[in-house]
Amino acid sequence: MAATDPMLDSGADFRTRLQAWLPKIVLAPSFAVMVIFVYGFIAFTLYLSFTDSRMLPSYDLVGWQNYERLFRVRQWDTAIINLGIFAGLYIVISTIIGLLLAIFLDQKIRGEGLLRPIFLYPMALSFIVTGTAWKWILDPAIGLETTMHRWGFENFQFDWIKDSDMAIYTIVIAAVWQSSGFVMAMFLAGLRGIDNEILKAAQMDGASNFQMYRRIILPQLRPAFLSAFVILSHLAIKSYDLVVAMTDGGPGTSTWLPALFMYEYTFTRNQMGIGASSAVIMLMTIAAIMVPYLYAELKEQK
Amino acid sequence: MTMMKKLHLGVAALAITATGAVAQEVEVLHWWTSGGEAAALNVLREDLAGGGIGWTDMPVAGGGGSDAMTVLRARVTAGDPPTAVQMLGFAIQDWAAEGALADLNALAEEQNWNEVVPEALQRFSTYEGNWVAAPVNVHSTNWVWANTALMEELGIEQPGTWEEFVAAMQAAQDAGYTALAHGGQAWQDATVFDSMVMGVGGPEFYQAAFVDLDPEALGSDMMVEAFDRMSTLRGFVDDNFSGRDWNLASAMVINGEALFQIMGDWAKGEFVNAGMTAGEEFQCFRVPGTEGTVTFNSDQFAMFNVEDEGDQASQVAMASAVMSPEFQIAFNVVKGSAPARTDIDPSSFDACGQAAMADLAAAGESGGLFGSMAHGHANPPSIQNAMYDVITAHFNGEFDSATAAEEMVTAVELAQ
Repeated sequence: MAATDPMLDSGADFRTRLQAWLPKIVLAPSFAVMVIFVYGFIAFTLYLSFTDSRMLPSYDLVGWQNYERLFRVRQWDTAIINLGIFAGLYIVISTIIGLLLAIFLDQKIRGEGLLRPIFLYPMALSFIVTGTAWKWILDPAIGLETTMHRWGFENFQFDWIKDSDMAIYTIVIAAVWQSSGFVMAMFLAGLRGIDNEILKAAQMDGASNFQMYRRIILPQLRPAFLSAFVILSHLAIKSYDLVVAMTDGGPGTSTWLPALFMYEYTFTRNQMGIGASSAVIMLMTIAAIMVPYLYAELKEQK
Repeated sequence: MTMMKKLHLGVAALAITATGAVAQEVEVLHWWTSGGEAAALNVLREDLAGGGIGWTDMPVAGGGGSDAMTVLRARVTAGDPPTAVQMLGFAIQDWAAEGALADLNALAEEQNWNEVVPEALQRFSTYEGNWVAAPVNVHSTNWVWANTALMEELGIEQPGTWEEFVAAMQAAQDAGYTALAHGGQAWQDATVFDSMVMGVGGPEFYQAAFVDLDPEALGSDMMVEAFDRMSTLRGFVDDNFSGRDWNLASAMVINGEALFQIMGDWAKGEFVNAGMTAGEEFQCFRVPGTEGTVTFNSDQFAMFNVEDEGDQASQVAMASAVMSPEFQIAFNVVKGSAPARTDIDPSSFDACGQAAMADLAAAGESGGLFGSMAHGHANPPSIQNAMYDVITAHFNGEFDSATAAEEMVTAVELAQ
């Protein structure tokens, strides 16, 4: 007995120590992978953006030259302006439609169980599928326009996707179609989380439905707005597949977005340095929007 | 542990099959995926199969091959290059400069490639005097393809000048046909632009603007006029051209919906595949204004540095098969291009093929043989793409011609 006691002790000691270490051991590989493949590659890209890399990475530093060139390239202007149009409209319209859908679904209507997945399902498709489907729908030769002509509306015209001034808006249409249902789901969850007692009290005080939404419900949805904004804006800035599937950047170069620009310059144009600098600018854009917003929101909640 | 063991066994088994059963094999990366092109490639595949060499196909779709080049970069960076890669012009030079290409000198000397391949082509197949690629063909890009039945119906003779060309297209448009079948992709716009520049300014201007990249030529009045001609052509293209693939545009001419298409001679493969005969059911002639000159691109198989000796042997066998006169004839008859060797008997080619070979020989002698800008044979990819941007933006109405010429100067400067 006496001989086994210390052994038992050390066994228990080992177990507690293991228990304390286990989470760290389990997390270590994924942490290492994260550090290398996210932050390591961010650092690598940052370094490349200061080199004269063309077809393959090169390690000769050239200072700010790539950034200077980047801002003189006309396609970059196009891409930035397009991102402004696309991100602005996409975020605002998706949020409004999602919120309205959620409010209407929240009216205790019959068939909610059926409607909810119908609105939510577009999110299950990838942007490639969405893009391809909308390319066909909007193509004047095979889609909507031809169909309307066949039904007898001879004057119906909708050829935005082939018009270099309007094509970027067709991308907004497809993106909004895809994301609104998802935003709806987030708002619906937020609505369901609101305390019914408060609403009943407000009702007793004689608040109208509109006042209730404006004064009580919407302010309480702040976290849902935050999530929607964070998710939609990063989707917008990294948007690549939707454009490739729908227009491939065309007509001409009129629907280029920064992500497409980065890919083109890095991988097909042998100007890796400029491509890397555009990636850095994109990252900084995201950071510039997200960091203050998250900081403000998270600080307030404490 | 057992997992690892199984894995090791699996790898060992794989290695045995790889070295034992299929010692002779080539892995070929290419973008020949449309009907006529795939048929042409089959000729090479069967040729090699006859010599007991296996073929691993690695097709990456996309007309200009830019997607294929992206795949290639990933493979080479990962240290696992394919045996042979279909490649164009300056891309070969870029990869050779990276030291990624194998040396074919021994074979070239044995088969006397220096004598039989035109010098303008050797400029791309060799790097610092060493052969690094085997040229398969010479495509010329300044062709017009026309539907004979439609020409007769409209009473159109083969146009000899730019004015007659425009008049012919006007007649087709007035009769309710699409005058010019065109796909609105940057490389297709640029292919047409090649001919416009050559037609307006001739060889000297072409050389100054596209090869020497002289800013004065790029911003000159001639360049403005070339862009003006593009605007004229834009007026003859149907509204739904944007993003259309080139072979679909060829199909419009084949079906008699459209009168002309300006496209390289790979379009001929589509016509032939549709059962039409050159010179009878369809016509080919040089873009009016560019007669006597040929803007070319040449498909080549660049051979990458591979470690394995068996792979190296099959690489040499493939290069040798590509350069053999029998293959050059069989392949180019199907593909629509002219052979890369000058010592080939033209009798087995159709009317357009014979015309191409005659034009090529004549242009080579008169100094009218130029690498096509649109296909990466006049300047490096970064500059080529910068030009694409301007050309395609102008064609889609973002610039007027004068602005486009100015943009050309800036774009080229930034890409250098």
